[in-house]
Amino acid sequence: MDNPENLPHPFHPMQDELPPSSNHAFTIDRRKFLTLSGGGLIVALVSNNFLSFAGETLPQESSTAPVGEVAAWIHIDEEGLVSVYTGKVEFGQNIRTSLSQIVAEELMLPVSSITMVMGDTDLVPYDAGTFGSRTTPQMGTQLRKAAATAREALIEMAAKNWNIPITGLTAENGMVVNSAANKKTGYGALTKGRQILRSISDNVPVIAAKEWKIAGKTVPKVNGRSFITGKHQYVSDMQLPGMLYGKVLRAPSYDAKLVDANDAKAKAITGVVVVRDGDFMGVVAPDVRTAGKALLAIDAKWEETNGQPSNANIFDYLLKNASGESERRSSGDTKGNVEEGLNAAEFKHAKTYNINYIAHTPLEPRAAVAEWIDGKLTVWTGTQRPFGVQEELADVFKLNKEKVRVIVPDTGSGYGGKHSGEAAIEAARLAKTVQKPVKIVWTREEEFTWAYFRPAGVIEVSAGVNKDGAITAWKFSNYNSGGAGLDTQYKTANKQIAYIASKTPLRQGSYRALASTANVFARECHMTDLARMVKMDPLAFRLKNLDDDRFIAVLQTAAKSFGWTNSKTSGHGFGIAGGFEKGGHIATCAEVAVNADKEVKVIRVTQAFECGAIVNPHQLENQITGAIVQGLGGALFERIDFAGGKILNPGLSAYRVPRFSDVPEIEVVLIDRKDLPSAGAGEAGIIGIAPAIRNAILDAAGVALTDLPLIPNGVLP
Amino acid sequence: MVLNVNGIKHEITVDPDVALLNVLRNHLDLTGSKYGCGEGACGACTVLVNGKPVHSCITPVSAVGGKEITTIEGLEKNGKLHAVQEAFLTIDTFQCSYCAPGMIMSAVALLNNNPAPSADAIVKAMNGNICRCGTYPNIIKAIKLASKS
Repeated sequence: MDNPENLPHPFHPMQDELPPSSNHAFTIDRRKFLTLSGGGLIVALVSNNFLSFAGETLPQESSTAPVGEVAAWIHIDEEGLVSVYTGKVEFGQNIRTSLSQIVAEELMLPVSSITMVMGDTDLVPYDAGTFGSRTTPQMGTQLRKAAATAREALIEMAAKNWNIPITGLTAENGMVVNSAANKKTGYGALTKGRQILRSISDNVPVIAAKEWKIAGKTVPKVNGRSFITGKHQYVSDMQLPGMLYGKVLRAPSYDAKLVDANDAKAKAITGVVVVRDGDFMGVVAPDVRTAGKALLAIDAKWEETNGQPSNANIFDYLLKNASGESERRSSGDTKGNVEEGLNAAEFKHAKTYNINYIAHTPLEPRAAVAEWIDGKLTVWTGTQRPFGVQEELADVFKLNKEKVRVIVPDTGSGYGGKHSGEAAIEAARLAKTVQKPVKIVWTREEEFTWAYFRPAGVIEVSAGVNKDGAITAWKFSNYNSGGAGLDTQYKTANKQIAYIASKTPLRQGSYRALASTANVFARECHMTDLARMVKMDPLAFRLKNLDDDRFIAVLQTAAKSFGWTNSKTSGHGFGIAGGFEKGGHIATCAEVAVNADKEVKVIRVTQAFECGAIVNPHQLENQITGAIVQGLGGALFERIDFAGGKILNPGLSAYRVPRFSDVPEIEVVLIDRKDLPSAGAGEAGIIGIAPAIRNAILDAAGVALTDLPLIPNGVLP
Repeated sequence: MVLNVNGIKHEITVDPDVALLNVLRNHLDLTGSKYGCGEGACGACTVLVNGKPVHSCITPVSAVGGKEITTIEGLEKNGKLHAVQEAFLTIDTFQCSYCAPGMIMSAVALLNNNPAPSADAIVKAMNGNICRCGTYPNIIKAIKLASKS
């Protein structure tokens, strides 16, 4: 497996939200592996050293695995039940289902016989986190090979038992079958009483996507019933015996220092404990209401920081605080001479695009339950990085990682916004003082104020184009948004592309598809502007400047299904945009209507998407539709308003997110490339909607908008 | 005071201004109804009071004494899902599903009131419920499916 921390990615996906040190050695606690797994067959990506330590009893497969790395393992117990151990977590992407399908396919078992053990640092191998559309291409591939290795091992074991060659033996429905002799034996019976380890073979035969019977098909969410009955216990629903409720004192504005706090009145409330540790102050109470009352009873004096920027000057602020030349990072793909290319162009076009901060707004806010038993800390929390939060906790409490267990039950969404462990640390601090389990659930206002945002950014684009539609130069400078999706995917002889860090007044971090929501917006707006300058159709102009077959295919598919060349109703406009990100190729067509009062309505959206071989069509369509709907918010109206170190719209009545009435007619066209490896689908689906709508508004009304959100008040300027 | 929740009477001792959601979740261990915003703006806490959808996060418990309260836990009868739950399961509607209980309660209220709602009526009735995963088109499909059963 590629170690995600070592991927050749010039822009770390989580530049600001993480604590500084995150240099995890990929080691596995061998005792954990061996004691947990018990008897039965275990297949893991492990080093040969590990196997020799474990007293391996069967011939080893040769493994190219890097020493000490374990990505995931599969265990088949004596009853034939299959458990898959992975550090990935379920936040609604439905990977609990799709990964089960991948394992079931290779092991020739029904999905229902597989249990996914996910995101529990005591039970599963290290994983950097669930982000970056990496679950399907990386974890999916590993599990596929692990399951195939297990299947082949079981066949070998049956052959040995029957004392026959493996030729003619097949795996079917949890059994190894010898059809010639009409004999079969269950997986569990084969592994009985022995602990058997196998390393994953890179050369193991896996089932080709075009032969898939379980993967590639729509399989319903594996534990769907527990969600629609309200029985699933999210962290915010958990109760432990003797559990108390915590609340944390928050500063009135960013960077405020706690000068003095009188907690006498809070302490006087029955059952309340006040905890103070430097600037951290919190309360614990037998119920959440009393905790809230106790918090209000603290008389705190703060020293606030004046002169913090606001929406009114944020873009100037980001430009003024841009890092110096030496710290700038170009895409590595800069070529030719962009100034010469611009000078030689028949048409030139320069624009600045401004991107506002937006909030992930996961419907379940940050929550944690912490418990200390005999010096060991256990925290249940909804984080996309269970091992990252384990490290944060170990750092804060000066513990060995073995003394910290983080468990992530299936969580109420994240979208890149739950990489950090704030609530976990807070609950653990309070629990340590009171020596009882403590639960913390952030309020919506806390989530809006103390989590992190998608970065604001300024993107300057200058391009040159000739009458024939050839792009002569492309200069693209992004201030503060980040580097994802930075490089142009269109042909040009001269380009200069840079990401320039700046000083952010608000805490910022990963968001679904990272900075490509900003970079693709600017690029695709600019491309349509260029097409209009040379009087070319925006689709034809893109196709002329592309040589990526997969991108071309989604553009053509979306345009055809949408009816790109159809005539338009008066006052309506069409827009197109697209790109590719982490193996997901996307093209979006939008139709908008602009009326006499300059009100904009998105009428319909067609989005074509291709991410290799589809693992679960319904869940993929659900992801892509969801990404379009979520993207509508950042495109049209979502914006964090702030001034003086305060968030001015920290609630769902003030910060507008998409609702039923905002949803246009949506058509998703999936392209199933069974000849290509499956890639992730969580991110790329969101990048096309904003520029497609912007370009449709331009087509309808002749107004070339440049800022996200496009129409915070619902009308054109 | 006495609260009648899912056909069971509970004697509870709380301040009258405590939110119904707080009582359901923390006193009666009915955690299906969710906190999402605390201001009646997201619908995650929706329960039925005498058949009408109510935001339990902004409803003081004193306002519902003696009334019939139905939560997501009260829909399933003798192990059999409510028709609306069945439809949501069939469509495989959700992603993270945190909004699911509120969505389903709002949908039950809508269909009790209007067994065959138009698309516009669905949007109007459901507009107070937020799904951040953006599964609205699936939810509309599920409501239409339930309206046929």
